[in-house]
Amino acid sequence: MLSITSRLSRNISVLNGRTFVRQFASASAETVNISLPEGSFKTYKCDPPSFEIEVTKDELLRLYKEMVVMRRLEVAADGLYKSKLIRGFCHLCTGQEAVAVGMEAAITKDDSIITAYRCHGFTYIRGGTVHSILAELMGRNTGISRGKGGSMHMFSKNFYGGNGIVGAQVPVGAGIAFTQKYLEKKNATFILYGDGAANQGQVFEAFNMAKLWDLPAIFVCENNFFGMGTAASRSSANAQYYTRGQYIPGLQVNGMDVLAVKQACSWAKNWTTNDQGPLVLEMVTYRYGGHSMSDPGTSYRTREEIQHMRSTKDPITGLRQRILELGFATDNEVKQFEKDARAEIDEAVAKAQNDSPPDASELFTDVYVRGTELPNIRGREREEFAVMNQ
Amino acid sequence: MRFALLFRDFASNIHSKPLIRNRFIHKAFFHATRTILQTTESPPPAEGFLPGVEQSKFIKSTQEEALKNPELANTGVANGETKRMNMFQAINDAMGIALTTDETAVIFGEDVAFGGVFRCTLGLAEMFGKDRVFNTPLTEQGIVGFGIGMAAMGHTAIAEIQFADYIFPAFDQLVNEAAKYRYRSGGLFNVGGLTVRSPCSAVGHGGHYHSQSPEAYFTHTPGLIVVMPRGPIQAKGLLLASIRNRNPVIFFEPKILYRAAVEEVPVGDYELPLGKAEILKSGKDVTVVGYGSQLYTLERAIQLAEKDIPGLSCELIDLRSLLPWDVDTVANSVNKTGRLVISHEAPQTSGFAAEVATCIMERCFLRLEAPIQRVCGLDTPFPLVFEKFYVPDMTRCYDAIKEVVNY
Repeated sequence: MLSITSRLSRNISVLNGRTFVRQFASASAETVNISLPEGSFKTYKCDPPSFEIEVTKDELLRLYKEMVVMRRLEVAADGLYKSKLIRGFCHLCTGQEAVAVGMEAAITKDDSIITAYRCHGFTYIRGGTVHSILAELMGRNTGISRGKGGSMHMFSKNFYGGNGIVGAQVPVGAGIAFTQKYLEKKNATFILYGDGAANQGQVFEAFNMAKLWDLPAIFVCENNFFGMGTAASRSSANAQYYTRGQYIPGLQVNGMDVLAVKQACSWAKNWTTNDQGPLVLEMVTYRYGGHSMSDPGTSYRTREEIQHMRSTKDPITGLRQRILELGFATDNEVKQFEKDARAEIDEAVAKAQNDSPPDASELFTDVYVRGTELPNIRGREREEFAVMNQ
Repeated sequence: MRFALLFRDFASNIHSKPLIRNRFIHKAFFHATRTILQTTESPPPAEGFLPGVEQSKFIKSTQEEALKNPELANTGVANGETKRMNMFQAINDAMGIALTTDETAVIFGEDVAFGGVFRCTLGLAEMFGKDRVFNTPLTEQGIVGFGIGMAAMGHTAIAEIQFADYIFPAFDQLVNEAAKYRYRSGGLFNVGGLTVRSPCSAVGHGGHYHSQSPEAYFTHTPGLIVVMPRGPIQAKGLLLASIRNRNPVIFFEPKILYRAAVEEVPVGDYELPLGKAEILKSGKDVTVVGYGSQLYTLERAIQLAEKDIPGLSCELIDLRSLLPWDVDTVANSVNKTGRLVISHEAPQTSGFAAEVATCIMERCFLRLEAPIQRVCGLDTPFPLVFEKFYVPDMTRCYDAIKEVVNY
């Protein structure tokens, strides 16, 4: 426990201590300048983004609500999985909400994101409704992938998934970034992978291509300290993931502070879309749950460690404190946000549970482009196939 | 860091004074293995969705049944003890024996030091030390390549790929490096000590990436051995044979059977032959061929067909090893029955059943009474919500048996 927490505090100084928040009354009184704590960023071959960030009250409240909804969503998924309404493999992002929320706050819907299997939060933040996510998890036809994918397979506009094979999404992301550049778009691609996936060979292949062709690719390593059950330091010769691009500049970010994430991502987008080439960001974060639903997450770390992270580093608690300190909301209002989130999720769960599974004919669709399907899906009786075609 | 140091010590020791060190390990851990294996808890109750496993006639639930197997006659365990184990415990037992009897053997893969996601390596790191059972980074291509390097040095490398669906990043290493090492070095090097274990096949709710059966990709590769067991006794004997076989072996373990199949497993050291099929049930009218977990479905289909069609008797053959596979046993059977049904979970087109069908057509053409039937997974990606439609279930197997009978 000590080793992990001391590493974190060495890398990132404590967030949202009162001393770090300097509020400047602006004309509208709705905007504040916040100074990010000193340890929010660490650089590799580049200068850091500004530690001063200007945010509005509305934005802070929105970021807060988004993180709260995201956490409720995962809590609901956890319950549904345990009651066997969700089948398949299921990976929750509880604890890592600030990464998705902060990133989305920094970019536009024309920028692209691609991630691995811990994708529910990203799907939500990219525009997937909580209902469509829950329905997908439960394999309903109203799911965001029409119920055909399940937990690891969610996609939406400029969100390229939801990818189940560790590291496979990274070169795919390089291809997306290349296309953005080719089309002369002023957009970037955020390519997420975990500290475990950082050791896949494909990641380094993608680094090379991205640098070679100066792609607007931002490689984002979500370092939650464990690749499945193996601690980062036991799997990686260099656990300073922001330096692993070698010839690509990097930035380590306190991934438990949504504002630091936002600042880093807007800086990164600006960097890459100005033809300065790719970047590697390391979001230092923490997952409270196991790697997947079948991992209790306590055999390779102590309950005390998890509890400690929850009580000292939690992104939601951190932002709540900021909001309260700034007087942007009262304690009661904040509690109301949480109640609203719970109600929204509960309603979506109830609705999704009542939705039907996809039609059986969907089993055969989307294998090939419509009109070029195999003349016969082999393996079933001809008669049966004819029935399914009706 | 500690691990890195250990590993460095280990590596330097291999070169300096391997025998002394390894003998020490051998003796110390041999004792430990025996003690620990004997005190391992009995298996948890059988579970899993696969119907028919518990009632299967092929599950040896008494010591007498287990030891009756003629293949065990010359193995030295025929009169020995047995212990109730499920399939992951039998695999664990086999690896414990492999590490005890072969001082060069090591096990590595993602999270194997903690027992692996399916508990197959449970306790082995504690028993044999972290320099012999160790976690790798998440790097499938790296894992297999690393194993190939060890095996080329003459070591016994037992690699785990956490799910067969993740074996594809390592496809190049297996197909281009492992399979061809001996051939392209003119016999100077080989990677005979390499065994890659990987859980495969459906589990009821695995979805796209935790359910596939990729065996046919590898049976298309000369130089590899491909094996798939159907239960604990077989898993132990075939795995030990695979580890000791001097060719690279891919050992697919149907994950549904890890907990669902429980047998009385001989506790001693024994091997079952690779490349040899097993006739599970003799019959005269239809030959039914399968492997792995699909055999339990076929068993139920046969029971139903034999009940519905009076006088019908089907012969059921477990291939056990797919490359090489036992053409003779199947051909002899089909020459007797004149009818063949083959079934596997992987998609039909270019699946292993195609190979069986072709060989049997060549060998038994004039004896065939009906077109050979394949009952396989569909030519679609392995679905999540449609798994029950996709898998070649009992009804479809039953239909195929009826079809060849009524032709």
